[in-house]
Amino acid sequence: MDTMPTGSLTGAQKEELMDQVKQQIAIANAQELLTKMSEKCFKKCISKPGTSLDNSEQKCIAMCMDRYMDAWNLVSRTYSSRIQRERNNM
Amino acid sequence: MTEPNSTDPQLQSFIFAETQKQRFQVLVHGLTDKCWETCMGRPSNRLDSRTEACITNCVERFIDVTTFITKRLMNTTKYRSDSPLEFQ
Repeated sequence: MDTMPTGSLTGAQKEELMDQVKQQIAIANAQELLTKMSEKCFKKCISKPGTSLDNSEQKCIAMCMDRYMDAWNLVSRTYSSRIQRERNNM
Repeated sequence: MTEPNSTDPQLQSFIFAETQKQRFQVLVHGLTDKCWETCMGRPSNRLDSRTEACITNCVERFIDVTTFITKRLMNTTKYRSDSPLEFQ
């Protein structure tokens, strides 16, 4: 991207820039989730790495991924309602 | 041409909002990691209510700890801007 001052961006260019930023953020978050899930589910499901991922390991990993997502969403809900509560107390 | 360093108010508030959102996301990633380690047994078909309660408490207590430590540090450290931070 060139170093044009933002003051001279057109409305459409600004929209594009904001979309790009949002997309980059989404990618970064997906990568973080992927890294964490791999680490956590490897730990939970692969006790002794064999020559391939066997059926039961795959099942365990699939379940572990779903539970990790559940946990993530629960943490997100809990944290945001805590923020809300603190804000009301101020 | 406008001033080279002038900031566009629309972009500025966009970046501010996205930064806030991202801070939240980063904290959720970190808390999920910690509370998963603390609360999670073998993954099953659903999050059972015990695990759910554990995760909720884990998040709440972690925030309590952070608040507690912040307050205590503020009370117990002498901070002088003219010298390096000292902890006593």
